[in-house]
Amino acid sequence: MSVAPQPASRLQWVLGAIALPKRWRIGAGPIVAALVLAAIVIVTLLSPVISPHSPMAMDALERLKGPSETYPLGTDAYGRDVLSRVITGGRVSLFIGIGAAVVSVLIGLLIGLVSGFFRLADAIIMRIMDSLMAIPAILLAIALVALNGPSIWSVLFAITIPEIPRVVRLVRSVVLSAREEPYVEAAITLGSSMPKILWQHLMPNTLAPLIVQGTYICASAILTEAILSFLGAGVSTEIPTWGNIMAEGRVYFQLKPSLIFWPGLMLSLCILSINLLGDTARDMLDPRLKKREA
Amino acid sequence: MAFKNRSFDDASTVLDIRDLTVRLLDRPEAAPILDRISLSIRSGETACLVGESGSGKSVTSLAVMGLLPKEALAATGGTIDMEGQNLLKLGAQKMRELRASRISMIFQEPMTALNPVMRVGDQIEEVLDTHAKFSAQEKKRRVIDIMNQVHLPDVERIYRSYPHQLSGGQRQRIMIAMAIILEPQLLIADEPTTALDVTTQKQILSLIAELQEKHGTAVLFITHDMGVVAEIADTVHVMHHGEIVEQAPVGELLRTPRKDYTKRLLKAVPSLVPQPARPDEKRGEALVVEGLEKIYGGQGFLVKRESTLAATNVSFSIPRGRTLGIVGESGSGKSTVARCILRLIDPTEGEVRVANTEIARLSRRALRPHRRHIQIVFQDPFRSLNPRWTIGESLIEGPLNTGEDRTKAMKRAQELLSLVGLPEDAVSRYPHQFSGGQRQRIAIARAIAMEPDVLVADEAVSALDVSVQAQVLKLLADLQKKLGIALLFITHDLRVAAQICDEVIVMQHGRVVEHDTAANVLSNPQHAYTRALIEAAPGRNWDFANFCELPAA
Repeated sequence: MSVAPQPASRLQWVLGAIALPKRWRIGAGPIVAALVLAAIVIVTLLSPVISPHSPMAMDALERLKGPSETYPLGTDAYGRDVLSRVITGGRVSLFIGIGAAVVSVLIGLLIGLVSGFFRLADAIIMRIMDSLMAIPAILLAIALVALNGPSIWSVLFAITIPEIPRVVRLVRSVVLSAREEPYVEAAITLGSSMPKILWQHLMPNTLAPLIVQGTYICASAILTEAILSFLGAGVSTEIPTWGNIMAEGRVYFQLKPSLIFWPGLMLSLCILSINLLGDTARDMLDPRLKKREA
Repeated sequence: MAFKNRSFDDASTVLDIRDLTVRLLDRPEAAPILDRISLSIRSGETACLVGESGSGKSVTSLAVMGLLPKEALAATGGTIDMEGQNLLKLGAQKMRELRASRISMIFQEPMTALNPVMRVGDQIEEVLDTHAKFSAQEKKRRVIDIMNQVHLPDVERIYRSYPHQLSGGQRQRIMIAMAIILEPQLLIADEPTTALDVTTQKQILSLIAELQEKHGTAVLFITHDMGVVAEIADTVHVMHHGEIVEQAPVGELLRTPRKDYTKRLLKAVPSLVPQPARPDEKRGEALVVEGLEKIYGGQGFLVKRESTLAATNVSFSIPRGRTLGIVGESGSGKSTVARCILRLIDPTEGEVRVANTEIARLSRRALRPHRRHIQIVFQDPFRSLNPRWTIGESLIEGPLNTGEDRTKAMKRAQELLSLVGLPEDAVSRYPHQFSGGQRQRIAIARAIAMEPDVLVADEAVSALDVSVQAQVLKLLADLQKKLGIALLFITHDLRVAAQICDEVIVMQHGRVVEHDTAANVLSNPQHAYTRALIEAAPGRNWDFANFCELPAA
């Protein structure tokens, strides 16, 4: 309830009303992270327009050259422009990262809600999830790509599937505790249908943890995609990704380390800033999880 | 009844609080949390600090213990004097040495105040370790001795037990043992019996009194329960909005209270004298329960679990416009019965007929249209409303399910709010903007919106202060008169049952041990357990509202 301001402290009162509540105040780290991530996303999205060369164009005379005016970051073993390849390569990475986060959160949310609320379904669903979690994510992803061929969609599918059980467990645990709340029991006695209770009373409780989990999935999916490409089990080499640029550069690592350095730097910056933003989101949405300040 | 009336003129003063003021750190201009309170306790004396929630009782005890939350509260004035030392001026290290050896504290919740992963014997020894050096043998001897003093049974076994293996009463005895093992001069007890059943409460209160007599300890006893005050207090300090409004010896305060607030507080204490049952107007049965039984466990997924009998052979009926109370201690099965009737859980056996429809065996889907006939108000007003929904959304949830038009339902929600005594514009506000009592009114409005035949109140006033409790009870009675609802009132509090129930069922271990009119059950109990319950009700011989002795029945 608002109290009428004391004349003496009116300025203070006005300032207090504008200032963000304590838990919404953020430090410099997350702001830098957000700027870095925004820059990466913009550059990547604009890559067809701003890349100086086609990422696939070869120049047999300019192989493995150092930085020059035409090729700011040099060229690779086929004489392709490294700068163009690195900024184009981000497209696949970001698409897979965001795609995997959105799809696994949506599917995991639906399964988790059902699993948390219906005891019989829970017994079956959780055993399936347990067995999925028992297989190492990378191995499962390699197997799925091997089954479906090396397209972007099959890589997305292969990365999303192993993430789903983690989301399901998270949603289920939130639902299990929220369903014991008297307001949920009141809704049952008011004759609300199960879908209504699930969606309107229980689902909102899962949103905050899901947003946080989503950012972690995004970062880990980008990394997994890079690993798959590096291992040769990812998107086919005609499409540049940070992972397969590094894989190709591995052969010339001692001769020309910058072939691995630039895509590796982009990958690290991208994942670091996403994780940092995820931590910030967690602290803001759920102060209980915040690490105790020294 | 006989109040304590010892004289403490010769006793030495243990604790002397003078003009203690505590303020909020981030709002120094706001009214202080404690406003220049003064009180002193002499050795062997029991000083009761009474007041409603938010009156500053607990802050007082925390200030004495030096445990005020540093980032939120600070003592800005006054002194807390103990043995010539001002506790407010002591450093953290000195204060830590003082705690447990000179001052110690018992908390309300014995479940959370003990470490769940440590054997209780070790936890008591820990107190000894931090304040004195003893050999291992000597330590164990002292711990066993103190455990005997607090009358724990089978001491050697309990010494090796973990908290979860003990009952609530036993855990509280362990807490008391920890608090007194170093023989402190001052024992602070913050609502130590509020979480316990009445029969256990009685034992704990007499234990504290016995130990106090033995060791001459001064006790600062914080409570909201006037019955407890009448039983144990030497002097009473009544708190209100951070001030001590009245202090007097217990007999004087209860016989001739001087301040209006004290009088109001005493008048709100429900009387144990039962209301006469209202005449049955023969308007038909709203709820009939026959042979209800609930067994938990039994068959699990692939494994056979041990089964627990939560309720068996429970039968009763409530006519329209009447109130039936179910009374019992925790674990008696009274809430199980309520939840079975509402089909929040499925009964194992028996029939439940609401508005002439048998609902105990209906499938969940077939049940939904019948749910509106029976509604519930829960105990905890802070969790019974969805915190993300406006009051209006919560109120129209039920009507929308029955197919009512949204605008019409919203309009009716406003009428319901004024019916339960809240402003109509409350529809657009959120639950956190209301107090506990107001939220309970909203929960009642939500239930009434369905126009039910039966309203179940599961400990619906137990979490409220007495004055708010009285208002909510009156609201329920008014609504019942107006709408002709049958009320099933579940409570552990005999005083509340006496005020609102026409008939009372007493339950113990899942069985009905007595079922009669409220007047008969309370003034002429037949079953030994009912007698024990009434016997244990604190202050049962005193008529608080009229400041006099109750006529012997």
